[in-house]
Amino acid sequence: MNQGIMAAGAVGGAQDAAAYNEDIVKKFTIAAVIWALVGFLAGILIAFQLVFPALNFDLEWTTFGRLRPVHTSAVVFAFGGNILIGTSFYIVQRTCRAPLFGGPGLANFIFWGYQAFIVLAASGYVLGVTQSKEYAEPEWYADLWLTVIWVLYLIVYVGTIVKRREPHIYVANWFYLAFIITIAMLHIGNNIAVPVSLFGTKSYIASAGVRDAMIQWWYGHNAVGFFLTAGFLGMMYYFIPKQAERPVYSYRLSIIHFWALIFLYVWAGPHHLHYTALPDWAQTLGMTFSVMLWVPSWGGMINGFMTLSGAWDKLRTDPVLRFLVTSVAFYGMSTFEGPVMAIKAVNSLSHYTDWTIGHVHAGALGWNAFISFGALYFLVPRLWKRERLYSIRLVTLHFWVATLGVVLYIVSMWISGIMQGLMWRAYDELGFLQYSFIETVEAMRPYYAIRGVGGVLFIAGAVIMVYNLWRTVKGDIREEAAYELAPHAPAPHEVEKTPS
Amino acid sequence: MKKRLLEKHKLLETNVVLLCVLILITVSIGGLVQIVPLFTIEGTIEKVEGMRPYSPLELAGGNIYIREGCYLCHSQMIRPFRDEYERYGHYSLAAESMYDHPFQWGSKRTGPDLARVGGKYSNEWHAVHLIDPRSVVPESIMPPYAFLARKDLAFDDAAEHLRTLRVVGVPYTDAQIGKAAEDLKTQAVGDEDKAEELLARYPKAPLGDFDGDPSRITELDALIAYLQMRGNLVDFTAFDPESARR
Amino acid sequence: MDNEILATVGGTAWGVWLMILFAGIIFWAFRPKNKKRFEDDGMIPFREDGER
Repeated sequence: MNQGIMAAGAVGGAQDAAAYNEDIVKKFTIAAVIWALVGFLAGILIAFQLVFPALNFDLEWTTFGRLRPVHTSAVVFAFGGNILIGTSFYIVQRTCRAPLFGGPGLANFIFWGYQAFIVLAASGYVLGVTQSKEYAEPEWYADLWLTVIWVLYLIVYVGTIVKRREPHIYVANWFYLAFIITIAMLHIGNNIAVPVSLFGTKSYIASAGVRDAMIQWWYGHNAVGFFLTAGFLGMMYYFIPKQAERPVYSYRLSIIHFWALIFLYVWAGPHHLHYTALPDWAQTLGMTFSVMLWVPSWGGMINGFMTLSGAWDKLRTDPVLRFLVTSVAFYGMSTFEGPVMAIKAVNSLSHYTDWTIGHVHAGALGWNAFISFGALYFLVPRLWKRERLYSIRLVTLHFWVATLGVVLYIVSMWISGIMQGLMWRAYDELGFLQYSFIETVEAMRPYYAIRGVGGVLFIAGAVIMVYNLWRTVKGDIREEAAYELAPHAPAPHEVEKTPS
Repeated sequence: MKKRLLEKHKLLETNVVLLCVLILITVSIGGLVQIVPLFTIEGTIEKVEGMRPYSPLELAGGNIYIREGCYLCHSQMIRPFRDEYERYGHYSLAAESMYDHPFQWGSKRTGPDLARVGGKYSNEWHAVHLIDPRSVVPESIMPPYAFLARKDLAFDDAAEHLRTLRVVGVPYTDAQIGKAAEDLKTQAVGDEDKAEELLARYPKAPLGDFDGDPSRITELDALIAYLQMRGNLVDFTAFDPESARR
Repeated sequence: MDNEILATVGGTAWGVWLMILFAGIIFWAFRPKNKKRFEDDGMIPFREDGER
């Protein structure tokens, strides 16, 4: 199409909605749901391996060491990645009022290419192919493939924005752009390696020791910052306004939020290396910026929350909105906990313990997964052109089961983490270490079991969601009373209104 | 009219490109400031006595350590606290991981730190413990690694590994690369005749048979050889933190 | 030695520059003249085509 006509469309607001590529969003949605189940299952298995070591099955392919990257990659890059790319394609088209750049062919190639990357990476882990860099385990051949896919993704995304008929680039797209660009930078920077042979899987990373540690946690922390935060904030800035049916609380705050967040985040990496052989100046920088990061994080949280101001009653009747808003609450909680743990004195206790694991899951389950569930409940009826979800009450059930699971998980890891940290440094009255290491391992066992139960509840909730979404796609609508949390009789207008 | 619209469109285009460039600049600063000085500031890696590149067998063992994801539960970074000193030994130096591509500091201690596990236990203990951890430590939750004892170590390409590491900066000599496979065998079977030559190239290298089966060289041999030299290279009697930072 | 001075001065100048830049962003975002424009931009999600 002639670009001059495209630009003219911005003035006229032409109606060719059929041109949106929704098919690709459907594909990413389905993939995200499948990978979520795989990732959660792997998580439960490795959680219980720490309670019952027999679950390692005495096979080389099923040990904790090989399955743990399967779990982290499946939830972060497979579930999280598919939901991010899928929602970004949905949002960029609608907020730019333009179809995806490059057409369905390129979009499909990105979809299948990304799935191939996941399979390539995960099959490697099980067979023992890994770089041993946390959250960057895939070896050089998978890394190269992902680079190709990611550059194509950037081209499609930027191309769509270039072709837009909306003069302003909506802020959700800023966050997605920061996510795509920064992940590209981090991925390349952290994976520079020399393969031993072009026909083998093994490579050696270019940097060693302290330098490699700094590069790894520059990557690792910002994988959290840009994959699990910036990208998901893009989702927040679209889906919460849409589901609440009101614009974001302060668009101007969102601009400040954006620049402050992306600037400060990249400095926080060294807090993963407190009291190590990393030079002190770097540790101090990392601590300072981590603490400062609390401010923009909460700025964003307030912006998400306050979008509901004047419409708080919707939380009572709309469990989808409740998922979205609760996710922001968990975001606020973990972005407060993070800076606290980045303070060196606190970190001396928390580092190397389960407290870190609990912190990560407060963010991953409470923030990333919850907002993803909200987005899925929002997207599926719209993509498949259904009147509404199959059942609103099942969404509520999912919400409570999953919330209970998250709470069990976080609390058990807090207790075990702090307890183990204290046991390691405990002295008896004669001045000897009070506990041998294995005694601290033994003391963790009940908490590992509770954590596992939390995980089971979380996946039970996800199964309820899958059933609900499946029936929605089929076009079924469950006969049920309109959902109302408060015990009073619903007002007539509330019965009428079914969130979709 | 059409021309004006095109110009307007061009501006929008540059806006998104401008946005991308601004984002890239904003996110680059932190990384550059924190990473580049580690390569330029002298003293980031201490000058110490005794550090040397891995012997081919230790390297193969380290690669098994990586392959099995041991770093997910075991750190190799002792922090400068009294309890860690008493439990694990002297705090870890940057120099001690200067040949680790990639680093193995870890982030979690589901099991104990291994930075100085070398020599703490006998080869026999390690072999039994790796094959069935609960036979020696009943409360252990470590996975069993019996398959390592069953698998022959593949080391045809030992020299290739050393050569690749030289590309990324490990100072292997031509002699070390040329004799890689031979050195590996010498160390794994504990060949006394050739030990002197090996120890000249790799001082303090522990000599096996590590897994208790002298008839073959297994992956277990390599892993135990790697564990038994953890933290044993640097001579701490000659270590002075002040002068090492210069 | 010269390098160290250069690094210190450069680091400070860079920090000041970033603060100015950030103040500029805040000024731009909260400038009363831009208020209406940004409020309008916040409505973009509700202007999309094909919405049911």
